[in-house]
Amino acid sequence: MVFERYVEVGRVALVSCGPYKGKVCAIIDVIDQNRALVEGPSTKQGEEGVPRQAIRFKLLQLLPYKIKIAHTTRSKALKSAWDKESISTKWTTSIVCQKLDARKRRQLLTDFDRFKLMKTKQRRQRLIRLCMGPKPKDKANK
Amino acid sequence: MADEKVGRSRNKVLTKGVMRYGRAQMSRRRAVHKRKKTTTPRVEKKPVEFVEKQVNGEKNGGKRLVPVKRKPRFYPTEDRPKRLPNRKGPRKDRAAKLRTSITPGTVLILLAGHNKGKRVVFLKQLVSGLLLVTGPYRYNRVPLRRVDQTYVIATSTKIDITKVEIPEHLTDKFFKKVKLNKRNVKKKSDEIFGAQKESYVVNDERKEAQQKVDGQILTIIESIPSLKQYLRCRFSLDSKQYPHLMKF
Repeated sequence: MVFERYVEVGRVALVSCGPYKGKVCAIIDVIDQNRALVEGPSTKQGEEGVPRQAIRFKLLQLLPYKIKIAHTTRSKALKSAWDKESISTKWTTSIVCQKLDARKRRQLLTDFDRFKLMKTKQRRQRLIRLCMGPKPKDKANK
Repeated sequence: MADEKVGRSRNKVLTKGVMRYGRAQMSRRRAVHKRKKTTTPRVEKKPVEFVEKQVNGEKNGGKRLVPVKRKPRFYPTEDRPKRLPNRKGPRKDRAAKLRTSITPGTVLILLAGHNKGKRVVFLKQLVSGLLLVTGPYRYNRVPLRRVDQTYVIATSTKIDITKVEIPEHLTDKFFKKVKLNKRNVKKKSDEIFGAQKESYVVNDERKEAQQKVDGQILTIIESIPSLKQYLRCRFSLDSKQYPHLMKF
């Protein structure tokens, strides 16, 4: 399989561990074999982005987005390049982001919420079964 | 301006546990030597040792000096170490501290006993520390009952029972277990003593109290969608559900 996502200046990555878990940032510079200098503007209103820092490559999951910046660009230029490619919108509408959000929401469900969810799923399933009609008899087992 | 200075300490905290001025310096700063001591002299009350009591009988002298506190009639051979007094008071007067997540109207999940898994409504904490809960009875067959908070999960679902009046007579004494003669009577000879196997019967007081409390709570529960079904359903864990990762 050919690699499509490379570690390069401007590659957008998802932070998978630590205090900025679930947040998205851009690789600004490569420090050494293990670490990159990253920074990420906030993608959602009210949520903080990833401040400029060194992060290990192992904690980054490369995404299929790239922005055009020079290495060690300042925060302001980074933000304008980020907005030009509309990375925030691309990320929040991506399936990966939505799945992560759904997982977080599921984790925060209370016992009552879980009960209501179970009942709603049951109701939905019953409606589906009604629409599908009765199961046809299996001719092979006759 | 004067009010701001009253009650303020003339001392400063340098760091945790260390003050700027020591005891002697503080006395000087507070001008303790200029203050007049106004104390009333302590009147020592001597304890009454003997009491005069009237004695019946002709030749008994009419009255006698009787000691108020009698000397003990038994002295142990060894001195047993005395338990240090607890300033908070005896254990029975100290109710267990209620978890902050448990407030009146919280839905609790019972974890032990015949009703384990049932979701009930918390009413109030009794003097003994136990929690007074009710099903309500109509939904999950849990009556007005006492429950220990250690055998309970507090959910974040709460109903507003500020307007609910819980009868005053529902105390620990009301719920105390009544001992029954449960032994099976087989021999005929036992019938002489009239011993019969007793089974528990709910008294009318309890039924009345149950109806009174539940009647108020049912209307509140029915106003919240799905809550009635929630209370009727028992709690259970599926595989891949870990309580320490779940939010209640």
